[in-house]
Amino acid sequence: MDKLTNETVIEKLKSQFGDGITHISEPKGLLTVETHKDHIIEVLRSIKEDDSMQFIYLTDITAVHHPEREKPYAVVYHVHSLVHNVRIRIKVFLEKENPTIASATVLWNGANWMERETYDFFGIIFEGHPDLRRILNMDELGVFPMRKEYPLEDPNRVDKKDFYFGR
Amino acid sequence: MSKSITRISHNAPVLEDNDPQEDLVTLNIGPTHPATHGVFQNVVQIDGERIVSGVSTIGYIHRAFEKIAEHRPFYQITPLTDRLNYCSSPINNMGWHMTVEKLLDIEIPKRVQYMRVIVMELARIADHIICNGILGVDTGAFSGFLYVMQEREFIYEIYEEICGARLTTNIGRIGGFERDFNDVAFAKIREFLVRFPPVLKEFQELFDRNRIFIERTSNVAAVTPEEALDYSWSGPILRATGIDYDVRAHSPYCSYEEFDFEVPVGTNGDVYDRFMVRNEEMWQSMRIIEQALDKIDKEPKGIFHADVPDFYLPPKEQVYTSMEALIYHFKIVMGEWDAPKNEVYHAVEGANGELGFYLISDGGRTPYRLHFRRPSFINYQMFAPMSSGMLISDAIINMSSLNVIAGELDA
Repeated sequence: MDKLTNETVIEKLKSQFGDGITHISEPKGLLTVETHKDHIIEVLRSIKEDDSMQFIYLTDITAVHHPEREKPYAVVYHVHSLVHNVRIRIKVFLEKENPTIASATVLWNGANWMERETYDFFGIIFEGHPDLRRILNMDELGVFPMRKEYPLEDPNRVDKKDFYFGR
Repeated sequence: MSKSITRISHNAPVLEDNDPQEDLVTLNIGPTHPATHGVFQNVVQIDGERIVSGVSTIGYIHRAFEKIAEHRPFYQITPLTDRLNYCSSPINNMGWHMTVEKLLDIEIPKRVQYMRVIVMELARIADHIICNGILGVDTGAFSGFLYVMQEREFIYEIYEEICGARLTTNIGRIGGFERDFNDVAFAKIREFLVRFPPVLKEFQELFDRNRIFIERTSNVAAVTPEEALDYSWSGPILRATGIDYDVRAHSPYCSYEEFDFEVPVGTNGDVYDRFMVRNEEMWQSMRIIEQALDKIDKEPKGIFHADVPDFYLPPKEQVYTSMEALIYHFKIVMGEWDAPKNEVYHAVEGANGELGFYLISDGGRTPYRLHFRRPSFINYQMFAPMSSGMLISDAIINMSSLNVIAGELDA
């Protein structure tokens, strides 16, 4: 079997999805691509089921909040091809109002709790998820705490402000 | 997973009445229950002793580490990682250091890498001792647990010699270790290599071919490799199903590629196989430690950190006497250095599986985002679905063989 490299993965994704795959980079050697939320399940399915790639192992799903961006929420998938030992990181940016994305539970049961955690902390709605509830926080929390606008502790506290330390 | 239990509220275990004839009994196991080894709850519906369906509730000791990490300089995050899997904190510490070193492109001297390997493998042994010992306790064999517990205590003494702490170790710094292993530490590691094998052998003799133990664990909670991959399992429980995925072998870090060790796999994926895989991993860890000690002997003495004054604290005596050291000390402690902008995913083979750190740095003194890929969290989600149809007593030993550590589960 030929060794799978980042270049061949890019080539295959490009030939299949064309402009659906953007912002290709390799920070620290880990292939990172961006795609649109309409394509995410197709992309995941094609890399999982393509015989020459076999990204069969879903390592992780999480999100990142970039408040300064037009589309502030990035949902990040880490998928691993155990056969070829290649990892890929797929990002999908979601709009500020009502961030929704299709659930990956149709491909991996293991996505269930990862998506619940992401919902719990970022308020990303995974459509088609069988049981989208909070998982680590209490139901009454009312906010999505990992969003950047929620302070770590009491925002009125002044003794820890950076300017006291010359920053 | 059966849908017969619908919970009305997340943290109030009130169940909808879906069983008006009251054929089934609803039972709360946990949040604090001796059988769960941690603070997490399972609400199960049972028919006699058989579980019909169940729901897991987790999050009782969630401490918002990912949020806290966004407000702490890199070196202050190490103590947070201690508290993930607190049975093998050094692996978490080392994983975090290596993540930051990957971000900063720091090259670590070989001797330091071998020292790290020793600490990580000791931690793996300590963790597996707990898991397998407790599995014995849950199946009704208490003495094996006590035999090996003494050796875990000895590992903690080695930690004490290396870093001064026992449980939440905070071992090492970004760039290496805070101090060299002293002679006592090396002597104790060597002593451990001598005194542990007979104990482990005795422990295995108590269990491996013990008919009661085999009948209690064999074919209990058997998982196929397909199911295990579908649920993103990793670590010993994945290997027990027959898949040889070990981060140390697949994506070697810390010079693991130089070591000669085997990745044990099981065949059935049941509780017995998990027990056997963990035992064999302890033997392999011993082999690795032995090789690491030999390798250290061949390296120049006295090197215990990389030469990166920008990120590694200068020795205290210099801080008090030399201006330059004082400046560096101040800059590092106050977080006055900028990390490069980048994103890093680094995984280490934790005692329970792939422990991943997803770090995004936007150039500040703190991570922009830090996500822990916690093996316990991901492994545990299959517990409730797989428990349906199981006896309560089987579900309990299944849980102890998953080795769910509440700190890692809830972060």
